[in-house]
Amino acid sequence: MIKRSFFKSRYLPYFLILPQVIVTLTFFYWPAFQGLMQSFLLSDPFGRQSKFVWFYNYIELFSDPLYLKSILITFVFSLSVAIVSLSLGLFIATMANRALRATALVRTLLIWPYAVAPAISGILWLFLLHPSYGIVALGIKNVFGMNWNPVLNGTDAMVMITMASAWKQISYNFVFFMAGMQAIPKSLIEAAAIDGASPLRRFWSITFPLLSPTFFFLSVMNIIYSFFETFGVIHTVTQGGPGGSTNILVYKVYQDGFVGLNMGSSSAQSVILMSLIILITVIQFRFVEKKVQYTG
Amino acid sequence: MVEKTPILDFFTYIFLITGILIVGFPIIYSLIAATQTLEDVSRVPMPLVPGDQFFVNMKQAWSRGDLGTQIMNSFLMATGITVGKIAVSILGAFSIVYFDYRFRAVAFASVFCTLMLPVEVRIMPTYEVAANVLGPVQSIWEFCHLNDIVSWFTGNDFEISLNWSLLDSYTGLILPLVASATCTFLFRQFFLTVPEELCEAAKMDGASPMTFFRKILLPLSRTNIAALVVIEFVYGYNQYLWPLLITTNPKMTTAVIGLQNLIPQADDLPEWNLALGAAVLVMLPPVLVVLFMQRWFVKGLIEREK
Repeated sequence: MIKRSFFKSRYLPYFLILPQVIVTLTFFYWPAFQGLMQSFLLSDPFGRQSKFVWFYNYIELFSDPLYLKSILITFVFSLSVAIVSLSLGLFIATMANRALRATALVRTLLIWPYAVAPAISGILWLFLLHPSYGIVALGIKNVFGMNWNPVLNGTDAMVMITMASAWKQISYNFVFFMAGMQAIPKSLIEAAAIDGASPLRRFWSITFPLLSPTFFFLSVMNIIYSFFETFGVIHTVTQGGPGGSTNILVYKVYQDGFVGLNMGSSSAQSVILMSLIILITVIQFRFVEKKVQYTG
Repeated sequence: MVEKTPILDFFTYIFLITGILIVGFPIIYSLIAATQTLEDVSRVPMPLVPGDQFFVNMKQAWSRGDLGTQIMNSFLMATGITVGKIAVSILGAFSIVYFDYRFRAVAFASVFCTLMLPVEVRIMPTYEVAANVLGPVQSIWEFCHLNDIVSWFTGNDFEISLNWSLLDSYTGLILPLVASATCTFLFRQFFLTVPEELCEAAKMDGASPMTFFRKILLPLSRTNIAALVVIEFVYGYNQYLWPLLITTNPKMTTAVIGLQNLIPQADDLPEWNLALGAAVLVMLPPVLVVLFMQRWFVKGLIEREK
């Protein structure tokens, strides 16, 4: 799209967009292209020679039980993060929306975890869930009578990184749900109330359906967040352990490439992640078009 | 509220307060931990009454973690990314919206597609580029066999080798992160809503494109810029993977990464009071920015995702 009235200039527009183009070419497209090329190569451990091997790296990956496990872990992890943070965010936003008088104060009290780095959130929860010192860990041990040890037990470690990642995301979801709810016309709610609908009924029949675009959008954002941005949580809290039980896809790319120096495999994993994010983006933009029709 | 529901209201407030406490608990608890002595903090459960060791702990954490240097690095990185991103995107969006030229659509599409290439999916090759930014140029040069061509022309052996490393430098921390599809989009969307008459009037008055940009477009974009400042500052300050890759010198690393060295490992003294004190201190700058600029922040967050 362009403005009806625009400027004519020979060199200026190119000059203006040049910085953006240079940065994207050097740091986005060139590396992405290199990654794609490398994923078809097999190098010796010293990186002296490499051989073109077609899809060998990909075939290896998909026949590697560790990689398949990592895929499974990533899906479990991102679904858990999305469910926990979306439901809590929605719940708190619904409550905050009812407490009309204190909305601004409530928002201030709930918004700031957004600004906490995932890695720092990881440190806080590492202490809360520490097997010997953590107070939440102590609570879990006493209430459920189970042995809690995220250092040794994979499931416990998964719960720990889920809590650390979801905590920070609650406030993000809260902000969007809150904005979505305040955009719903008061008259709709009032009309339903006059017809005798209870607050709960009004929530399920009016608020929730009208929030569905927000809900969908947030699901996508939460999944992207837990796929990519939780790297910091994993790196500070579990380093993928114990026994690879929290080794999500992004962390595995880093470990195999940067630590293990297995370039071919790491690049192939990057390419798979890239296709995944392209898929998510396409779905999201498809949906955005629908949303425009939906709200008229 | 639509009708009077005293019981429901009561529960609303109870749930709300519980929710706020749950969300705030990790921070409150860490702050209390930061005031305890080593002995108290390793008691199970840790006493919930704040101790008096806050400043002692902070001082020790500050010097042990070299927090001064690292927070400064984080701050410089965040500021650089914020300023760079906004400047690059606003100029790019201006070019895309207000000019008609042959490669406009291509430029726009190329910016758009970077959405699908976060640094997490191209870790190794981006590191290689940062290790030698001129690597791409060199590769293209070699691919075209320009060395041989020049040698053939001049009759001498000719070889060119370009090298410029961004590792362990501020440029390296900032530059690769200044391109942003989302910011460019936001400005583009905003520019499209600016009335046509403004541009027509400016042209009629004989304003050059850059005068129009400086005197009309930039002042109109003030609130958008404010919103992006908050979001991008938080984004830049909280970067993890990129600084982890390209900094090896502890003097150049950022605070969020440096914190890792303060976490007590299995056979260390359990000095959680220091680690948590430092963690709270490091998270402070972006939290303050969000709290004080809340209005713009919420606006920006919601606009940006449209």
